[in-house]
Amino acid sequence: MKRIMRRYYTEAKYAKLLGKKIAWITSGGPVEPLIAMNIIPIYPENHGAMIGASKLGGKMSEFAEGLGYSQDVCSYVKDDITSSITKESPVPGGLPEPDMLICSNNICGTVLKWYEIQARKFNVPLFIYDTPFVHTEFTDEAREYVNEQTKEYIRFLEKHTGKKFNYKKMKKVGHLSLEAMRLWKAVLDTAAHKPSPLTAFDAFFHLALIVTLRGKKVVVRYYKTLLKELNERTAHNIGAVDNEKYRLLWDNLPIWFRMRWLSDKFASHQAALVADTYTQAWCGVIDLIDENDFLGTMGEAYTRIHLNVGVDQMADTIKTFIKQYDVDGLVMHSNRSCKPYSFGQYDIQKLIREMDIPVLMIEADMTDDRKFSESQVETRIDAFMEVIKQRRK
Amino acid sequence: MITLGLDIGSLTAKGVLLKEGQILVKHLIPVGYNSKKAALLLMDELFEKAKIKQTDVQKTVATGYGRNNIDFADKTVSEIICHGRGIHFLLPEIRTIIDIGGQDSKVIILDDKGNVANFVMNDKCAAGTGRFLDVMARAMETEIQYFGELALRGKNPSKISSVCTVFAESEIISLVAKGENREDITSGIHLSIARRIVSMVKRVGMKPPVAMSGGVALNVGVIDALQKLLETPVITTPLAQYGGALGAALLAEEK
Repeated sequence: MKRIMRRYYTEAKYAKLLGKKIAWITSGGPVEPLIAMNIIPIYPENHGAMIGASKLGGKMSEFAEGLGYSQDVCSYVKDDITSSITKESPVPGGLPEPDMLICSNNICGTVLKWYEIQARKFNVPLFIYDTPFVHTEFTDEAREYVNEQTKEYIRFLEKHTGKKFNYKKMKKVGHLSLEAMRLWKAVLDTAAHKPSPLTAFDAFFHLALIVTLRGKKVVVRYYKTLLKELNERTAHNIGAVDNEKYRLLWDNLPIWFRMRWLSDKFASHQAALVADTYTQAWCGVIDLIDENDFLGTMGEAYTRIHLNVGVDQMADTIKTFIKQYDVDGLVMHSNRSCKPYSFGQYDIQKLIREMDIPVLMIEADMTDDRKFSESQVETRIDAFMEVIKQRRK
Repeated sequence: MITLGLDIGSLTAKGVLLKEGQILVKHLIPVGYNSKKAALLLMDELFEKAKIKQTDVQKTVATGYGRNNIDFADKTVSEIICHGRGIHFLLPEIRTIIDIGGQDSKVIILDDKGNVANFVMNDKCAAGTGRFLDVMARAMETEIQYFGELALRGKNPSKISSVCTVFAESEIISLVAKGENREDITSGIHLSIARRIVSMVKRVGMKPPVAMSGGVALNVGVIDALQKLLETPVITTPLAQYGGALGAALLAEEK
């Protein structure tokens, strides 16, 4: 993984020498057409996760707040804005500057302003792939609307690369992307085994490739190897957590700067976070994509992802996972940064009450360590685990 | 068998010595900045009161914010389980427990065996905690033990709209400046914290009868405000402040 990611960022750093263009793209954005056009996609959100894991998030958010951004603005935005000015980054020299920006609002509304700001800063063209929110159903009008944008997107890429769109390569990329999603799903599905061969913390780590490079062969290869390893572990009943006794489901983004602490904390209670709603988002819409018509169906698939649907559907997804992974409790990260993910969590709690499992709410942030209070979180986790243990008796 | 339950909170340290299911002695002291030192002092005073030696104690369970600093305890258990156990022992019929602590407020739902079925805790903010009352009592220049009685004397509770401890304090200053009387403002303060707690009760789903545990249960103003908003009696006991420590001592007896 480290090798692949290092090569990816190195290639991006020398993109100009290689005659390649760079597009910054949002995490839920349609990346496959970029791969088909040999454009290197760069994910400021993936960079944000790295900043968080390097424990730089609080400091970098503070810098952006000094520029006038509110405390309430998403920390990925603030980390990115800070890094693009100071070049502070876990990636040497920071992210390579973009030639264009691709923004899809299927993950939130904040990305629109964020990408507009960066488009002004770097003085590069911005393409917005607008996905209507799916409250209850996906209408034919919505389908037409997004499919029209797929065509526009291609015209945009042709204009700014000066090349004709490569439909032949797109077909291959579409197949590879779908194959990667299927493999990713198979990887996550192994956690249904008891004991689970991987935890959500592992999934957060292995996620990087399906986010950044899906559509490339290397991703398929990587997940095939990973799946094989996990299958071997399940065959030998090797769990990710020693003596796994309790199984939990995680909701929302990880707390990147506290992964180890949280993982140890739960493991000390013999609890494994076997699944999460976040990493599942990169394989949740496989069924909506037609393998032979990727371009024609990706609009709907990208519109109907987990964060762009109503709470009823989000609650249904959580219910499915509770059953599929046979979990004893749900841990919800109320993420100060991510409003669309955190806003409906109390409603979801109510909607899943029939499942009769305890729910824990942890207040934190994905990268801003100033929003995390260790002793408060510790008390809540201990109490939550004691309740789960008591119920088991 | 003698067991010791220590509840080292953020403001006070409480201890209960238990002998064969009977409370031998109970005691509390302020914590100060060093929770371990406070725990040691508390223990000395407890043993002296009970006229026993430390070696007479078979088992010790610690709870509360300072629980992990008490390295001589046999076990640490979170406040949720301890308050649940303590209140179930004192008031077996109770199904919902409200505890307003110095740093944390919690609502605990018990099943009919006295096990914790579910719980909810306040968010990160101090507004729904005992600290809020502390700060407000100081702003009103009242001793905390008389604060609740003062609230009961309010006839037209002032409207405290802020949910933030710091902003509520400045809101109060402006109410004072406007000439609203102390009783009404104090009454408004109590309703304000009660509203925060009530939303937590609703979130977890109230099951009557309801009781209050922890030191704030001694505040009649909070009890009164909660009763009004929940439209149900809120039961309390003179031992409420020892709910957590008692629960810890009972858990120590079990294993």
